Amino acid sequence: MIIGQIKDGIVLDHITAGKSPEIYQILCLDKLDCTIATIQNAESLKMGRKDIIKIGKVIDINFDVLGYIDPGITVNVIRDGKLAKRERLTLPERVTDIIKCKNPRCISSVEQELRQEFRLADRERKIYRCIYCDSEAKKQI
Amino acid sequence: MRHLIDIQQLSREDISRLIETALDIIENPGRYSEVCRHKKLATLFFEPSTRTRLSFEAAMYELGGDVLGFSESNSSSAAKGESVSDTARTVGCYADIIAMRHPKEGAPLVASRTAGVPVINAGDGGHNHPTQTLADLLTIYREKGSFNNLTIGCCGDLKFGRTVHSLISAMSRYENVKFVLISPEELKVPKYIKTDVLEANNIPYIESTSLEDNIGKLDILYMTRVQRERFFNEADYLRLKDSYVLTPEKLKAAKADLSVMHPLPRVNEISVAVDDDPRACYFKQVLNGKYMRMALILKLLEVAV
Ligand SMILES: [Zn+2]
Repeated sequence: MIIGQIKDGIVLDHITAGKSPEIYQILCLDKLDCTIATIQNAESLKMGRKDIIKIGKVIDINFDVLGYIDPGITVNVIRDGKLAKRERLTLPERVTDIIKCKNPRCISSVEQELRQEFRLADRERKIYRCIYCDSEAKKQI
Repeated sequence: MRHLIDIQQLSREDISRLIETALDIIENPGRYSEVCRHKKLATLFFEPSTRTRLSFEAAMYELGGDVLGFSESNSSSAAKGESVSDTARTVGCYADIIAMRHPKEGAPLVASRTAGVPVINAGDGGHNHPTQTLADLLTIYREKGSFNNLTIGCCGDLKFGRTVHSLISAMSRYENVKFVLISPEELKVPKYIKTDVLEANNIPYIESTSLEDNIGKLDILYMTRVQRERFFNEADYLRLKDSYVLTPEKLKAAKADLSVMHPLPRVNEISVAVDDDPRACYFKQVLNGKYMRMALILKLLEVAV
């Protein structure tokens, strides 16, 4: 598996083993018309096992969504067969419209078109809280 | 700072400034009696809270300002389905500052984005009530002369009592403060207050179910209501309710300079016989609340005196 196989595209590396189907779905990769390869359970020195997704086209990716779902991912952007950019994702400080507040007493449960916003309250323990009511997000990291 | 939504927005420095202003108002009320002339406070109370509303209104009148507003949602636009955001934007066209009480948590934050004028959270459900905490802080300062070196007992419903949670957060920023958390097993302080506030700030605390065993250690006793509906069964409530009622008997074991506080209204958790004890501070707290609201209004309106 060599990056050089792609001329222009994106390689999502260091995906937690087993997470690639979820990421495939969230990034709506099924809607693309280019070549996409998912590699599951690849061997990794760092992680033991990992997943990799290769996308044969440079697309716009919402790093906050991706960082929230799987903060260890490395995003490699390939242009003309060369690595143009590498970004290691971290948990975003804020996420908008990714998590929904489940507190029925929260204003976000009734206010018209209010966006669901969560802030990172504790990076170590990966805790997000609703900016309106401070409820902890029940999440799937 | 343009709004006050959560007490955490205020630094120690901000709190000191507000207290200085409040103390100056107490000393020289005449100097402040016209400073908000032609300014209007809108009190938007989507759920009734007479005492908080009156405190805000009295504060604005004593600054020479005017008050408009409504209480209870059924008489207002909210009953017609208007969003908080639209209501705030509309009222912001009439008023210079808004105090908002709302049953939904986070509503004042939403209002602050569109109002165009400062918004004060006057209580959002069971979530925040920062001006109550300001009243508590001024009371502690006036009674003790400082926020440092205090052992603070919190007694009653520590699970749902938001005033206790805010007080713990606010006081955790000072030196050599200790907490004694007294409650029935069922109503202990939530875990995140212990980990994120007390332990994170290295604040010593103990948890106990007995008021009598601990009252002698305290400089401040902050009482809260133990509500019947918080218990799973009536028998538990009846068994426990009297252990969290403050009486002259229990006060005998307390320090001579203890300050007894309560956010009010009280139901029966402090015996009326305690009211005449010089250690009772809960009615002073009400008055202090008005002074701190005055100081806050001045700060947010950027009125120089
Ligand atoms: Zn919420």
